[in-house]
Amino acid sequence: MTTGVAAGRAAAPAADRGRSLHPRHWPFAVPAVLVTLVVLLPFLWLGLLSFTDGGGLSLVHYQRMLENPSYAAILGDTVLLSLLVTAIVIVLGIPTTYFIVRQPPWLATLMLAGVAIPFWTSLLVRTYAWMVLLQRRGLINTWLVDLGIIDRPLRMANSFTGTTIGMVHIMLPFFIFPLYSAMRQIDPDMVKAARSLGASPSRAFWDVFLPLATPGIMAGGLLSFVLCLGFYVTPQLLGGGNVTTISMKIQQNVTMYSEWGASSALGVVLLVLVVLCFLAVQGLVPRRLRQ
Amino acid sequence: MSRAWLGIVAFAVLAFLLVPVVIVVPMSFSDASYLEFPPRAWSLRWYQAYFGSIEWMAATRTSFAAAFCTVLIATPIGFAGAYCIDKLEGRPRHLLMAVLLSPQLMPVILLAIGLFFLYIRLGLVDSFPGIVLAHVALAIPFVVTTVVAGLSRFDRNLENAARSLGASRLRAIVDVVLPQVKMSVMAGALFAFVSSLDEVVIGLLVAGGPNTVLTRKMFMSLRDQVDPTIAAISTLLIGISLVAVALFLVMERAAARSAARSG
Repeated sequence: MTTGVAAGRAAAPAADRGRSLHPRHWPFAVPAVLVTLVVLLPFLWLGLLSFTDGGGLSLVHYQRMLENPSYAAILGDTVLLSLLVTAIVIVLGIPTTYFIVRQPPWLATLMLAGVAIPFWTSLLVRTYAWMVLLQRRGLINTWLVDLGIIDRPLRMANSFTGTTIGMVHIMLPFFIFPLYSAMRQIDPDMVKAARSLGASPSRAFWDVFLPLATPGIMAGGLLSFVLCLGFYVTPQLLGGGNVTTISMKIQQNVTMYSEWGASSALGVVLLVLVVLCFLAVQGLVPRRLRQ
Repeated sequence: MSRAWLGIVAFAVLAFLLVPVVIVVPMSFSDASYLEFPPRAWSLRWYQAYFGSIEWMAATRTSFAAAFCTVLIATPIGFAGAYCIDKLEGRPRHLLMAVLLSPQLMPVILLAIGLFFLYIRLGLVDSFPGIVLAHVALAIPFVVTTVVAGLSRFDRNLENAARSLGASRLRAIVDVVLPQVKMSVMAGALFAFVSSLDEVVIGLLVAGGPNTVLTRKMFMSLRDQVDPTIAAISTLLIGISLVAVALFLVMERAAARSAARSG
């Protein structure tokens, strides 16, 4: 008996590193069960619902989506908006992050805090700020007119442009933070070696640093693209009815028309897009660099 | 790339990120009933409008109560999930990670309609427990990611030593593991709080009626007009975010320090 207990105790740490926990430790299953019940199963149910009509199996919801040109427009708008926002985020994010990485620690921390403050600020508050800044008689228009750059106020709020600006603001920190940690891991001696071999600073950046940072850039870009695909609040408030994303259409179908089948079908399309993007990350970014 | 050019881009991007957040603050103290900058006269009338409104106060109370309950439930649950992930290897680890992070990886609208669909059947629409359950699901990934990061810095032999000396698993967790990853757990709890407070999309579907949350009420009022009361509320929310950033930085530092000590 005593030896049995002792053996059991000695074996415990080794078993911990093994595959599964003892059934006695059921509390550890709570998180997975909760997420499955609350998040995964309801959506799975809706997903199945999208393939039925009046009880029988049917593709009618998908067929309607193909026949109705407004769905193609919504899908196109969402993808275009996401691509545009991601492209701007990448173009602005790379030089910014590269600059931050090369600063002394105190300045880098300060600049990262500058990125963290908007990141932690409510998305709704930030969208509101852009509504105020971009409106017809808002700050930006007033300044541009006062400076004589434009004659009459630009139409920025309630448009695709306004939505793009607001979303770039929200997505930039999502791109900068992971890219910063990726760039931190690149050995600065690589760039120094290139410089000492006679490369100009820009050549050292384009030929040495950027290729090393590419996995981080691609991962960050895809993350930004995926998050953009699901946007609801910003296009709703800054688009002013001129931008409709997939998420907005899904919400409309559910709350205004109780069209569960149509909403779920659109939801499945959105999910497929997202999953394809994640698979692309797996495929494009080499395994050893993904961490 | 030339250094001057890089610096200009970097500081312009930082200004672009910070200006919208900063500009809301002076506007909230304006006396005008439309938004002007800089305000011609200062007043606290929008704060009075906010604190004097029964509806805004009720929404604020609901939001804060939901956020506190979310933290209390999501933190231990998220910790348990992270602890499991830390113990697993290979495929089971990836699978559990994927399940626990799925609320964050899925577009939030899919989560929202799934919950709405479920709640209609359970009679949980517009109920407080329904809101908390939704926010807990949404907060779990935040707690899991911060705690997994904390556990990866923690020396597992310490726990194994406690276990081989006869401590039960629970005791080893409470006495050995938790003190080591305390700061990561607190950072996760902070994330959970902020994510609950800021959630909008799920709230639009399942948090109305008597349990309207603050963000839902803000969203509704923004859709109709740009009301300066929102500037006052936004300023208060920005204040909360600043406190959160400061706390988070302190916790990160402390977590890194304690990892360095134990390692």
